Amino acid sequence: MNPALWAAKTGLDAQQTKLAVTSNNLANVSTSGFKKGRAVFEDLLYQNVRQVGASTSQDTEAPSGVHLGTGVRVVATEKLYTQGGLTQTDNALDVAIEGRGFFQIQMPDGTNAYTRDGSFQLSSEGQMVTSSGYILQPGISIPEGSQSISIGRDGIVSVRLAGQAAPVQVGQLQVTDFVNPAGLQPLGENLLAETAASGPAQSGSPGQNGLGFTTQGSVEASNVNVVEELVNMIETQRAYEMNSKAISTADQMLEYVNNQL
Amino acid sequence: MDRMLYVAMTGASETLRAQTVNNHNLANVSTTGFRADLAAFQSRAVDGTGYASRVYATNGTVGWDKSSGALLSTGRDLDVAINGQGWIAVQGADGKEAYTRAGNLQVDATGQLLTATGQPVLGDGGPISIPPYSSIFFARDGSISIVAQGQAPDTTATVDRIKLVNPPDADLQRGEDGLFRLKNGTDAPPDAAVQLSAGTLESSNVNTAEALVTMIELARQFEMQVKAIRAAEENAAAASQLMKV
Repeated sequence: MNPALWAAKTGLDAQQTKLAVTSNNLANVSTSGFKKGRAVFEDLLYQNVRQVGASTSQDTEAPSGVHLGTGVRVVATEKLYTQGGLTQTDNALDVAIEGRGFFQIQMPDGTNAYTRDGSFQLSSEGQMVTSSGYILQPGISIPEGSQSISIGRDGIVSVRLAGQAAPVQVGQLQVTDFVNPAGLQPLGENLLAETAASGPAQSGSPGQNGLGFTTQGSVEASNVNVVEELVNMIETQRAYEMNSKAISTADQMLEYVNNQL
Repeated sequence: MDRMLYVAMTGASETLRAQTVNNHNLANVSTTGFRADLAAFQSRAVDGTGYASRVYATNGTVGWDKSSGALLSTGRDLDVAINGQGWIAVQGADGKEAYTRAGNLQVDATGQLLTATGQPVLGDGGPISIPPYSSIFFARDGSISIVAQGQAPDTTATVDRIKLVNPPDADLQRGEDGLFRLKNGTDAPPDAAVQLSAGTLESSNVNTAEALVTMIELARQFEMQVKAIRAAEENAAAASQLMKV
């Protein structure tokens, strides 16, 4: 069939994917620790119909050739790890990371996952868990009867027990970083998994070796910029319309041949 | 058969081909750093005995639109765009140097600086690899400086410099993978005048209004060619009617 139709069809596909990414960003505008995604486009292979520079006689060569582009494709939907704003909640178990890094979470199947969403809660055994109930790694247990919990910028968790004047240290939060955070695989539930592209997990104390600090009483807001996404949406819609116009024009050309001949 | 039929048929099929080029541009209206393909028709006379009526039209790609796309601010530290003329040198799949305008870069697990499509970005001495960093900056001249992991923010180190080139447009050609290369197969020398802008991306330089007008024009041109084919058919039918009498 006519390649003009297919080139425009790839444009429709790509714009549709872009819209899906944009609407996912917009839907997650209030998700703690969410990082916006972006669709990356690439032009598809060019067909060399006539080689540029081919000899047209013994001494002359064609100054121009014929390359037919075959359209566009989405090569990646990458996540943008820019810092989200910190929202103060004053909840003792809300921890935000300022700077690079992720909290390590143990999944029910024993594997590790990573998140920037630091709105932790306590399980029935007193362990710090995510909103989905997955245990924070390394595990931190808050003793029964704790009056207050404080988490320092270096991740040290201390509690004040009833009847005791001095606070007791119960553990230290760890922050994990990757060479290429964009290579992490999103799992949903604000969780990400390590992949070959992300590089190995490197854990450390908050604030050490370029890792981010932990801030108690705050959660990191989504880094989605609503205005930007709306502009993206307009652009995507118009580009979609233009490509569908291109399809209908190519269709009309073929229809005209069918009717006339 | 009448020559007119073949001349018109070539016109119609070449117009369809031009429409493909135009639709390819429209499909890439959101591709970072994309350069629109330009197509043009050339007349090709077929000389012979008798009246010189056979002039076929062929469609050719005569290059690409040299104008710059709009610079869009993204705020991502690994996004770079070239302000004005110039190209970013990358290593193509064949291991040779190639050029692109798409500056949405990434650092892979081994620390290599790659384009979004996975081609290594070239520096002064081959592919650039970046040690573990806590922050990264691209200077106007392509220099990459980082604050290495575990260092204080005031200890920046210059790692490498992205090779920026600006060969004459006439020497460049687009490969089948969409990357540009020098026609003679050599590497272009670095050009200090090329300016990089960090935190921005260059949009596609496809002029959508122009592409839509071209699309309409080509569609109408196509209809005219088909009309001519139809006229040739009618002439032939009339001629055979004449024979019957």
